[in-house]
Amino acid sequence: MYWNQDLETIDRPALERLQLSRLRAALERSVRAPFYRTFFETHRVDIDTITTLEHLRDLPFTTKADLRTSYPDGMMAVPRRDVVRLHASSGTTGKSTVIFYTQKDISEWADLIARSMVATGATPDDVFQNMMGYGLFTGGLGLHYGAERLGCLVIPSSSGNSLKQLQLMQDFQATIMHITPSYALHLVEIIKENGVDPHDLTVKKAYLGAEPYTEATRKKLEELWGMDAYNSYGLSEMNGPGVSFECVHKNGMHVWEDFYIIEIIDPDTGAVLPDGAEGELVLTHVNREAMPMFRYRTRDLTRIIPEPCPCGRTHRRIERIKGRTDDMFIIGGVNIFPSQIEAVLMAIPEVGNNYQIVLERDGSLDKVHVKVELYSKMFHGDMKELQTLRKKITEIVRSTIIVNPVIELMEPGSLPPSQGKAVRVIDNREQR
Amino acid sequence: MPHQVSVFAENKPGKIERITKVLSANGVNIRAITISDSGDYGIIKLLLDRPAEGCELLAKEGIAATLKDIVAVKMKDAPGGLHGIASILSANSINVEDAYGFMVKSHEDAVFVFQVTSPQKAEKILKDEGLTILTDKELYFL
Repeated sequence: MYWNQDLETIDRPALERLQLSRLRAALERSVRAPFYRTFFETHRVDIDTITTLEHLRDLPFTTKADLRTSYPDGMMAVPRRDVVRLHASSGTTGKSTVIFYTQKDISEWADLIARSMVATGATPDDVFQNMMGYGLFTGGLGLHYGAERLGCLVIPSSSGNSLKQLQLMQDFQATIMHITPSYALHLVEIIKENGVDPHDLTVKKAYLGAEPYTEATRKKLEELWGMDAYNSYGLSEMNGPGVSFECVHKNGMHVWEDFYIIEIIDPDTGAVLPDGAEGELVLTHVNREAMPMFRYRTRDLTRIIPEPCPCGRTHRRIERIKGRTDDMFIIGGVNIFPSQIEAVLMAIPEVGNNYQIVLERDGSLDKVHVKVELYSKMFHGDMKELQTLRKKITEIVRSTIIVNPVIELMEPGSLPPSQGKAVRVIDNREQR
Repeated sequence: MPHQVSVFAENKPGKIERITKVLSANGVNIRAITISDSGDYGIIKLLLDRPAEGCELLAKEGIAATLKDIVAVKMKDAPGGLHGIASILSANSINVEDAYGFMVKSHEDAVFVFQVTSPQKAEKILKDEGLTILTDKELYFL
C-alpha cells in the first residue's frame, strides 16, 4: 500500500534526476536569504557550477551554529508574508534554532507524514491519538497535519494526563498512537493499575520518536501493549518528523529521498563514506521554500542500508540512530550540551579546569551529576566556604540548563584532563 | 602564631594514605589529626612539626592544602581544665569554629587547639587571664 506509488517506487536514475533539478532550484532560491549570500561568498562557492549530484560535495557543511548565527531570520529565503509558520528546536536558554515554512512547505510536510503513515499500513479508517507536545516542538503538529491529510480521525491529546488519555483511547477507539517510548512505558502501567488489560484496547500501532531507545524496548513495548511499534526519525532542521520512517517490515527507516539527499560522512574528516559504512548523517532538504538547508550535519550516527526493501519502495533506508558525534544528552526532554555547562563552570574562579558530567537514573527520574575540581589556590580550609561554593555552583548550573544538578566537589587532578579525549559525559542510565 | 595544615579530600578510601605517604617520605611528623566531613568530601586537619614545609609538599603533589592560623592553649589534664578556657572565651563572645585537644603528659598537661575568626584577639584575651599560649615552636615540638 502506497500514498504516492509513482514517487515511492520511482527508479533510482529518475529519482536522482528529480533530486538534481530540485537541488538546483533550491540553490537558486537560497541566495535570497542573507545568510546564504554571505555563506557562499565566504566559502567561494559558485552555485552555478553545481550541475550534478556529485557536485553537492563542493558545498560546505552547515551546522547548528549557522542556525544560531542566522537567528532570527537570516536563512529565510522568501518574503516574510509568504511564511505561515515557524517551529523552534527544544533548546535550553539562549538562542533557539528556528525553522520557517511556507504554505507549500507545510502541505508537503503533511504529505510526507501521510506517506510515512501509509507505509506502516495506516488508512483513513484509523483513529490517531497524538500524545506528543504541541507548540514550538515539531513532533505534535507535524504528525497532526499528516494524519489529517491521510484522513484519520485525529485526537490531539498532547502529552500527559494519563487517565484522560486512557479515556479518549477507549471512548474513540484509538488505533494508532504517537508517543515517546518513555511515556509509552509509563502509560501502560497506569492503564494496568486501572484494571484495564492493554491487549483489550483497540490500539494496534505506535509511532515512537523524540527520544533514543533500543530494539529491546521496542519489543518490550510491543508485548506490553499488544501492538506494532514503528521507528521514526526526524529533526526540526529538516521539518521535524517525516524525514524517515519504517515501513511494515520494521527493518530500517526509509528516507524520503525525493525531499532529502542523504550523505554519510566521516565525522572527523568530513569525507563522504560509501553506502553501508557507519558515520554521521548529513541531510540536504531540496524542496523547502522558506528555508533551504544544504549538507546539514545532524551529528547523528547511522549507516545506509544499501539492500532494497521487500516493500518495493526505492528510497533507501537508514539504521536506527546509534548515537551522536557530539556529546549532547537529553534530560527530562531537554537537550543539553556539555559546552553549556562548561562555559558557566569555567567562569567560576573556585573551579579548576576539569569537570565531568555523570547521568544517573533514580527510579524514573534522570539526574545530572556534575563533578567539578576545586581550584587549589581557592581552598582556604573552611568547610562553610565549601558548602557555600557548592550551593553557588548548583544555582549557576541550574539557571543555565534548567535541570537541577547534583554538584560534587572533587580534589584537584582527580578528573581526566581537558586535553585529548577527555570523557566529559558518562551515561549510567540504562537505555530504555 | 602556630599553624595547622587543612587539606581538601574526597570522602573515599585511600585519601589519608596519599597524604601520610608524602609526609612520611619527607620526615614530617604528624602531631595531631582531625577530619571534618560533609558527606562526599571533607577537610583533614593536620598538626605538623613543620607545617609550612608539609603544606608545600602536599601542594606540590597537587593536593589542595592550605595553612590556617590556630590558637593553642595549655590546660591541666584534669576535670575542669577545658571549662576554664571555655568560660573565658564565652565571656568574651569568642566563637570557636573548629577545635580539638590532646594530652601531652598523662594527668599533667594537655593542649586545646582551636580556630577562630581573630586568633590574635583570642590569644591576647587568654594570655591576659593568665593562661599559657603556645608559640609555634613550642607546639610543634611538644
